[in-house]
Amino acid sequence: MNFQHDVVIVGSGLAGLRAAVEVGARADVALLSKVYPTRSHSGAAQGGIAAALGNEEPDSWEWHMYDTVKGGDFLADQDAAEVLAKDAPRAVYELEHMGVPFNRTAQGTIAQRAFGGHTGEFGKQPVKRACHAADRTGRVILDTLYGEALRKGIKVYQEFHLLDLMTRDNRIAGVLAYELGTGEVHRLQCKAVLLATGGFGKVFQTTSNCFANTGDGVFLAYKAGIPLEDMEFVQFHPTGLHGLGVLLSEAARGEGGILRNGRGERFMERYAPTLKDLAPRDMVSRAIAREVQEGRGIDGRDFVHLDLTHLGKERLAEKLSDITSFVRIYLGVDASKDLIPVAPTCHYMMGGIPTNLDGQVLGATGEVFRGLYAAGECACVSVHGANRLGCNSLLDLVVFGRRAGKKIMDDLPHLQKTVVPEGAEKEARTRIEKVKSRTKGEKSSALRTELQKTMTAKCSVFRNRKDLSGAISTVRDLLERYERVCVDHKGSRYNTDLVEALELDSLLHLGETILVSALAREESRGAHSREDYPERDDQHWLKHTLVEKTDKGPRLFSKPVRITRFEPKPRVY
Amino acid sequence: MELQFRIFRFDPEVDSAPRFQNYRVQADPWERILDCLNRIKWEQDGTLAYRMSCGHGVCGSDAMKINGRCGLACQKLVKDYEGAEVVLEPLPTFKVLRDLIVDLDPFFEKVKAIRPYLICSKAAPEKERLQGHEDNLKLNEVIRCILCACCTAACPVTSQNERYLGPAPLVWAFRYIFDTRDEKTSERLEQLDSPDGAWGCVNHFECTRVCPKEIPVTKSINTIKREIQKKIRGK
Repeated sequence: MNFQHDVVIVGSGLAGLRAAVEVGARADVALLSKVYPTRSHSGAAQGGIAAALGNEEPDSWEWHMYDTVKGGDFLADQDAAEVLAKDAPRAVYELEHMGVPFNRTAQGTIAQRAFGGHTGEFGKQPVKRACHAADRTGRVILDTLYGEALRKGIKVYQEFHLLDLMTRDNRIAGVLAYELGTGEVHRLQCKAVLLATGGFGKVFQTTSNCFANTGDGVFLAYKAGIPLEDMEFVQFHPTGLHGLGVLLSEAARGEGGILRNGRGERFMERYAPTLKDLAPRDMVSRAIAREVQEGRGIDGRDFVHLDLTHLGKERLAEKLSDITSFVRIYLGVDASKDLIPVAPTCHYMMGGIPTNLDGQVLGATGEVFRGLYAAGECACVSVHGANRLGCNSLLDLVVFGRRAGKKIMDDLPHLQKTVVPEGAEKEARTRIEKVKSRTKGEKSSALRTELQKTMTAKCSVFRNRKDLSGAISTVRDLLERYERVCVDHKGSRYNTDLVEALELDSLLHLGETILVSALAREESRGAHSREDYPERDDQHWLKHTLVEKTDKGPRLFSKPVRITRFEPKPRVY
Repeated sequence: MELQFRIFRFDPEVDSAPRFQNYRVQADPWERILDCLNRIKWEQDGTLAYRMSCGHGVCGSDAMKINGRCGLACQKLVKDYEGAEVVLEPLPTFKVLRDLIVDLDPFFEKVKAIRPYLICSKAAPEKERLQGHEDNLKLNEVIRCILCACCTAACPVTSQNERYLGPAPLVWAFRYIFDTRDEKTSERLEQLDSPDGAWGCVNHFECTRVCPKEIPVTKSINTIKREIQKKIRGK
C-alpha cells in the first residue's frame, strides 16, 4: 500500500507519543509502532522523572543542570542540559495536568524522592528531585500519553516494523514498513519523519531492555549516511536482578536501600563517601564489578546484595511494589526479609542519532538533514554525556519529544513532499525475499546469541584494547555470516522469524559501532571505563565521537563539546 | 530438567483447522515459560508464533492460556510445572491470527470507549493540581493494569456477551471515576450503568484470579457498581 501523511512518527514510547500529541490535530500525523503502543518499553521505567520542583526541600534547576553535566562526566552539551533542567518543572506540571497519577506529599503536591547523583547546592548533599508514581512512573506516563493520543484521534499503524527510510537528495521522502499481520511492505510518504525508536540494549546478553529494543531507527539513520554519536557510552544499571538482568529501580536505594558485598559491608561508602549508594550509576556499577573482581561478591560469585529489609513492608508495598513482586516471582525472595542478588545489566544508550536542540537530525558536517528528526533514547542531543542520571530519561523523552513536535510544526509549511521514484521498496522487498527463499544457512538466533555473549563479555563495565579488538573481529565475522541467514517460516502472517532476522542486521551493525567507538576512545569517562587508560583525559578526549558508515567500514571522527556554565573538574561524590 | 510442551498451532493461510504440536525442552527450574518458548523457536522450530516484549511482566505482550489458565508466559516459572505437560493455547474469546497470537483490536476499542483520559475543563493552575495523598492511594492498585487482556479473556461473561466492556476497560474506568481531578464522574458512571457495563459482571472472580499484576479487579468493579447506586440510581 501507499499511505500519505504530513508527518510519520516511528515509535510509540514517550518521545514518539509526546511529539504526536504536540502535532496532534494540527497536521496529518501517523504513529508507527512495532508493538501495540502500550507495550512500548518506556512503560518499563520505574523510578521517576527529575524536576527541581522543590516540593520536599529546596531545589533549583541550576543544581539539576550541574548534576546532569557532572553525572555525564562533562561530556554533555551544556546548552542541552540547561534546556532539560530548566524545562523540567513545566514538563512535569504538564504531565500532571494531563492526568499522570503522581504520588503526593501531605500537602497534596507532587511527592519527590532521592535518586542517584541528584544533589543540592552543587554536590553538597542528596536532594529529593524524583517525581514518581510508586515504581511504575514510566508505565503511568505512557498510559496517560496514550490516552492523549486517543483523545486526539491520532492514526496508529501498530505492529508495523520499520524497514527503511526513503530519502532523495539528502531530504526525507518517507519510510518503508513491514506489516507483521499480513507480511505486506508499505510505503508511507510524508514531509517529515521523527525517529523515536528507543534504545538497543538487545545488543547485549544481560539487559533490562525488551526484545523490541533492537535499534532499527538508529541503524537505518546510520545506513542513510547519518554519523552516530557517542556510541561507546552504554549505561550498565547497577541493580539488575542477578541472572535475568530485570531492572530493580534505583528508587530502591532512593527510598533507603543499601548495597552489601559478600562480607555484609556497605561498600559504596568506600567509593562515594558523600552520596554512598546514591552515587551515579556508572560509579556504582564499577564498584560492584570491582568488589566481584576482588573476591568480595556473595560467596565469591559475580553478584552483590541489595538490602531492603530495613524499609518495612508498608513502605515496600506503597513505593516499591513492582520490584517487590519481581523478586518474589522470579527468585522466591521476600524483599522485607531477604537480601536480593543484583549485578549490573545493560540499561541505556547515551549515544545515538545526533540532533540539535529541536530534534533535527544532523549529518556528517553538522548540517540539518531536511525533514528528518529524532528524539528520545535513539537520539543523542547530547544531554546525558558519558553517563545518564536516573530520572533524566523520562524527562528527556517528554522535553525533547515536545520540542521535536513543535519544530516539525514550524517546519511543515516549508517542507514539500519529495517524489519517491517507482520501485523505492524494491531493495527492501529483495532483502526480505532473499532471507525467505534461502533453504540452507544459519538461524538468526545463533548469530544473535554469539553477538550478545561477545558484547557482554568484552564490552561491559570495564573494557580494554585486547578484548575490544577481539570482539570487533567476532562481530565482523558475524556480519559476513549474516549474508547466509535463513528462516524456518516462509509464510506471510506474523512471520516473527523473519522480523528477528531483519532486526539482527541492526543489532550487528550497532554492535560494531559501539566497539569501534569504544576502542578509539583511549581514556575513561563516565560509563566508558578502559582498564588500559584508567584516567579521564580532557586534553585529548573532551569531545564527542562520531562514527560514519562507509564502504570501507566505519569511519571515526569527532566534534567539540559545548561548554557554557561548568568547566570540567574531577568527578568525586 | 526436561519439559514437555503441547502447543496450539494454527496458520489460517494454510491450515484448515487448528492442531497441537509437541516439543521437548531442557530448562532450568528458575527459567520462565517464555524462555522455553524462545528455545523452541530459536533452536527447534522457527515457525512458532507468539508475541513477547519486555520479558518481565510489565508490557503485557505474552498473555496466553497456560495449562488452562490465562497468564503471562514471562511470569510463569519452569519449577512450577515439573513433571506435568505444559499446554499452551491462545487467549480465549479473541480471534486467533496465528498460533498463540490473537486479535486484540476489539479489546483496545473497548478501552477507548471508556475515554481513558482525564476530562477537566477548568484552566490548569500554573503548578500542579493538588490531590490528597489518600485520594491518590485509591488509584494505586488499578494503575498497575498493563492491558494484557488476561482478565477479559478469562471472564466467563465476555464469551457470552460480546458487547460487555469486560474487566480491564472497567478497571481503566475506575482509574478515572475515582481520580479527584476528573470532572466527568457522573457521565462515566452513567455509561457503565448497563448490562454491557459494570452490571455485566456477576462476580465469577476469574479476572481477579488470573490478573498478573494482582489487581483486585472484581472488587474494583463492585466499587463502581456501588458508586452507580449511590450517585446515579440514588438520585
